Amino acid sequence: MGHRVGVLALQGDFREHLAVLRRLDVPAQEVRTAKDLEAVDALILPGGESTTIARLMAKSGLDRGIKERGREGMPLYGTCAGLILLAKELLEDRPQPLELLDVTVDRNAYGRQVDSFEADIEIRDLGEFHAVFIRAPKVTRSGPAVEVLAEHDGAPVLVRQGNVLASSFHPELTDDTRIHEFFLSFLEKS
Amino acid sequence: MAQAERGTFRVKSGLAEMLKGGVIMDVTNAEQARIAEEAGAVAVMALERVPADIRAAGGVARMADPKKIKEIMDAVTIPVMAKCRIGHFVEAQILEALGVDYVDESEVLTPADPENHIDKWQFKVPFVCGARDLPEACRRIAEGAAMIRTKGEAGTGNVVEAVRHMRLMNRQIREVVGASEEELVQLSKQWGAPLEVLRLIKQEGRLPVVNFAAGGIATPADAALMMQLGCDGVFVGSGIFKSEDPERRARAIVEAVTYYNDPQKLAEISEDLGEPMKGLEISELAPEELLQTRGH
Repeated sequence: MGHRVGVLALQGDFREHLAVLRRLDVPAQEVRTAKDLEAVDALILPGGESTTIARLMAKSGLDRGIKERGREGMPLYGTCAGLILLAKELLEDRPQPLELLDVTVDRNAYGRQVDSFEADIEIRDLGEFHAVFIRAPKVTRSGPAVEVLAEHDGAPVLVRQGNVLASSFHPELTDDTRIHEFFLSFLEKS
Repeated sequence: MAQAERGTFRVKSGLAEMLKGGVIMDVTNAEQARIAEEAGAVAVMALERVPADIRAAGGVARMADPKKIKEIMDAVTIPVMAKCRIGHFVEAQILEALGVDYVDESEVLTPADPENHIDKWQFKVPFVCGARDLPEACRRIAEGAAMIRTKGEAGTGNVVEAVRHMRLMNRQIREVVGASEEELVQLSKQWGAPLEVLRLIKQEGRLPVVNFAAGGIATPADAALMMQLGCDGVFVGSGIFKSEDPERRARAIVEAVTYYNDPQKLAEISEDLGEPMKGLEISELAPEELLQTRGH
């Protein structure tokens, strides 16, 4: 298909996402600079510390670049910290998100590390999925244009708005590649 | 459906996965914690004193006062780690009760048990443990550690021991990967390393958990050196708040861990940071002053 998928590699579990893409036989690369971003047709924002990644994005100018490409329709997928970074609004005053997904997010709302958990969730069209939540962010509001594809305990955990997909859990930590495959299908339409 | 499982090994090691490519900074109060978070630390280690001051103070070094740990937890939104003494499972229980995100069973504090490390499987909170070589790392993993850090020599500002430990670990991983099953059994006996962990390493070609570098990292170049040697991230203890300009140094080390493979960027990052911490020559330390030989 000739598309190249980037994984934001400033900090976090970007290697796990790259491993999934390799398993799916998709050309993929790390994105650390504005120049790297020009070489890719889709971007995954991995799990990690959102304050750290936001700081490094601002420093490198990647925040402006991703915002621009995202508005132009480039497929974006954020997991955990990636969800926080894509959100329109956070309950805390830090970090500054990219405002590409019309949701409000409460960082670490599920509690501290001892409250991190694994659970089976039901995803629309995909079916049951084993999800790993680590100091997960909670979506407390989702706008009218946002589709909720899965919920856990009454809160959205997988959401989509057009070219933007986000999950509060980490499919890259399991062997299940279905969500990544679903994300890659955005490329065929873009 | 919707049955949630907490404290599994996957969520314990999973948090370490999220810390990769990051810097974990030692802090002793809320103000330092905020400086660390602002600079881009992925987590902070809450301590009574940084290792350089523990060295200078002498005496028995113990878990920090819970009041101090709570003050630091309240000050930041990033994960907070705290240290307990080797084998002191009650200090670990207290840290778990406080809600810290990771416990470091650390040689920087005075060991409480000369023979046994903590049985970390009994806890919901994940543990990070130090190791000087692969056998030591394997023993800690078998006891339930969800993250390893090479020990280096804490509080010296001298990276030489961290390099030694990382190189040794890499060499031993190659040895395991190249070993046949019979040789693995022999290595297990010779090293005192649990066979099932060695098998996992052989299978994956790497440690089965995240491995950070620690003990003596003082500059952005030190941090990038450890990253190029193959560690997943770095702990910086005394190196930041014992330097002339902690804020700038902290930011620079964070960037160096991201751009560790880009010498041009490292040159920019390393410029004009003020004096690093003074540093100690390892050979001038008496054997009993070494922290890395604590634990086994």
